[in-house]
Amino acid sequence: MMKKISFQDLPRLFREISETQTLIAPIEKCGQVNFGVWTPDSTLRLDALKTVKSAKGAFFPQVEDIVHFRMKDKTIDIHPAEVLTEDFVIFGVRACDARSFELLDRVFLADPVDPFYAARRKHGTVVTLACNQPEETCFCTNFGIDAADPCGDVTAWMDRDTLYLRANTEKGEALISRLENGEEAPVEDLKKSIGEILKKLPLNDLNLTGFDGDHLMEKFNDPKWEELARGCLGCGTCTFVCPTCQCYDVRDFDAGENGIQRYRCWDSCMFSDFTLMAHGTNRPTQTERFRQRFMHKLVYFPAKNEGLYSCVGCGRCLEKCPQSIHIVNVIKSLGVKEDD
Amino acid sequence: MSVNKEWTPNIVAFCCNWCSYAGADLAGSGRMNYPANVKIIRIPCSCRLNPMFVLRAFQRGADGVILCGCHPGDCHYSTGNYYARRRMTVLFSLLDFMGIERGRTRVEWVSAAEGAKFAATMNDFVKTVTELGENKKLGDLRCKK
Amino acid sequence: MQEMIVNRLRELLASGDYAGVIGWSKGETPFDRTPGLFTEKDLDRLCYDSFCGSNLSKYLIANAKDKKVIALLKPCDCYSFNQMCTEHRIQRENVYVIGVGCKGKIDGEKIRNGGIKGITGVSEEGDLLKIETLYGEKEISRKDVLLDKCLSCKGKEHKCADEVIGESEDTSVGNKYELVEKLDAMTPEERFEFWRGELSKCIRCNACRNACPACSCIKCVFDNPKSGVENKAAADDFEENLFHIIRAYHVAGRCTDCGECSRACPQGIPLHLLNRKIIKDINELYGDYQAGEEIGQRHPLTDFTFEDDEPSVVERRGGGK
Repeated sequence: MMKKISFQDLPRLFREISETQTLIAPIEKCGQVNFGVWTPDSTLRLDALKTVKSAKGAFFPQVEDIVHFRMKDKTIDIHPAEVLTEDFVIFGVRACDARSFELLDRVFLADPVDPFYAARRKHGTVVTLACNQPEETCFCTNFGIDAADPCGDVTAWMDRDTLYLRANTEKGEALISRLENGEEAPVEDLKKSIGEILKKLPLNDLNLTGFDGDHLMEKFNDPKWEELARGCLGCGTCTFVCPTCQCYDVRDFDAGENGIQRYRCWDSCMFSDFTLMAHGTNRPTQTERFRQRFMHKLVYFPAKNEGLYSCVGCGRCLEKCPQSIHIVNVIKSLGVKEDD
Repeated sequence: MSVNKEWTPNIVAFCCNWCSYAGADLAGSGRMNYPANVKIIRIPCSCRLNPMFVLRAFQRGADGVILCGCHPGDCHYSTGNYYARRRMTVLFSLLDFMGIERGRTRVEWVSAAEGAKFAATMNDFVKTVTELGENKKLGDLRCKK
Repeated sequence: MQEMIVNRLRELLASGDYAGVIGWSKGETPFDRTPGLFTEKDLDRLCYDSFCGSNLSKYLIANAKDKKVIALLKPCDCYSFNQMCTEHRIQRENVYVIGVGCKGKIDGEKIRNGGIKGITGVSEEGDLLKIETLYGEKEISRKDVLLDKCLSCKGKEHKCADEVIGESEDTSVGNKYELVEKLDAMTPEERFEFWRGELSKCIRCNACRNACPACSCIKCVFDNPKSGVENKAAADDFEENLFHIIRAYHVAGRCTDCGECSRACPQGIPLHLLNRKIIKDINELYGDYQAGEEIGQRHPLTDFTFEDDEPSVVERRGGGK
């Protein structure tokens, strides 16, 4: 059943939601739009197509505590961090980020299940938003994602001054059932017009043939990696804005008399201390680290997950890499050429 | 500003081995009073003070950080304190630019003979920092008691 | 200009004296310019135009170590190059510098932030940029979308070029310390709020550090497990402050104000303001100094005079009371 609400009434709806649960939405702070906790004073930016960081942080935060230890005489107090027990809503997730949750599920909900992630997935309601104006850096169409009709618990469309919402799950139904009924026609029109734009995107026809487990060694040994990685600065921008990068490190902070705080935080395969072991690192140069990132997304992940690529085509790395080196370069240089 | 009578600041004093540490020693053997919440860390020369030391002292609960070294011209290594002087000036100004209270950082030159000056400097610094109150801007919450 | 550069490079490379050229190539979007090492056979991929804003001098550390290369440097990049030669990170004799003309570089992000979406092509006509988008054609003035670093241009002279190709223009506007002075005039509480707001956006991607030509340590203290401060994410506000204070301070006196830190930052944090504050202080306290002006300078923090101010000068001259 289609529901609707005017933009004018949106703050009221948000206030109602935020009274009973945490509401996360794209919010502008110091000139940049990122997902953050909505309060009545926040600057809501549903119009912003791409937040700088992806929406994955709602389920897999950049930093989270795991356990706390403290020595007391001859005993050690151990306090595991609590998993989330309260419901929350994340509003305004785009189709690409919504798909990324499915990819993260395959990592964190596979055995052994990650309790922190699982609790957030259980308690989170995802409201997605169709992309009225996709950008030239978007290439989600290559991965079978429909930006005109994204998945999620609720799907929303912005049409002039009205927001149309459709519940896809029971959780979604519970969130929007109180809204008034809306018409289907404007949404159909919108889907059609978005579909037209999606067809025109310049990066629509990436050829992903050959990026699979069968060609693993061929891709791994491709001499082009060195040239591709030459300009790479080794910063973690691409990995930290990426919706599907899921590597993390577990670290201890020694707070002196306050004991030891063990936490996990995002890690980046671009860093020289990524998966550092006692013997050193097994990827000593940037070329190897660079290769790891793209081999993971385009070869290792699909080989283990029925051909599903670990890229959703959000294009954040295209916009944010300081030296404009990104996954589309890699696909085009290592992939099969049309005339081959 | 109301001053909490219970609360006393944590002060970290970095003292150069040749002058100020000996000055502190003299203050001690001369039975001069200065607050017990001044923790002295000995460094080979005032120019050994890496800015990271200052920041990490704040991280781990210092409310004020003071550097003491030989008087300009008296450095055991001839010129170390001249470099330290420039470095600390630029560092303190940067901290000020980021909104950290100015009184929390200080540099004083104390010679080995100036036990009284050492005690007086510490008394004065503790008073200044006590008036500023707890260091909330540069501390690490995980290290708070 | 690109044609002139490529022709000259063909000549130089034909001599066989050089392993290649450090330059840019075009990428997927109209703004993509990727640095690389080009040899004679891939010279036709080399590109030089208004979007080549990145500073390539840092690539010479790795690429000019054991071989001779040619570098394309803009006037501002030359300062970084000189500074790295002073620090013996680059061997001057291993690099043939071609100074390339620069009339200010365009910031793709500024065009996007100006509300122009879906950009598929950009062409320049004098001061006008014609922008093709998925949603129709747009026009915008070139001056309005120059990189921030171009607004504090250090002038059109190449300070280290072996030869110069193309004309340059000084694109600086106004007082480059304007924002620093504005912050200085605030109260400490306001300044603290300002920096908390900005630095809380930091995702610790380290792009500011890795893009910085002055940050050339082989192992950064923040990557070194033995340093005690290594971290991959800021788990506390303090760690954000620590990283940015140390980053800015470690290049004090060596920072040429090239602006790469702010250009590289994915979160748009005005990191160059921290460095510029230090530059302003150094100029005011120890006399005018421009890092990278020439090779072999002694920078103010490795120097002193007997009459220097005491650190308490900060209390007297500091900003808003």
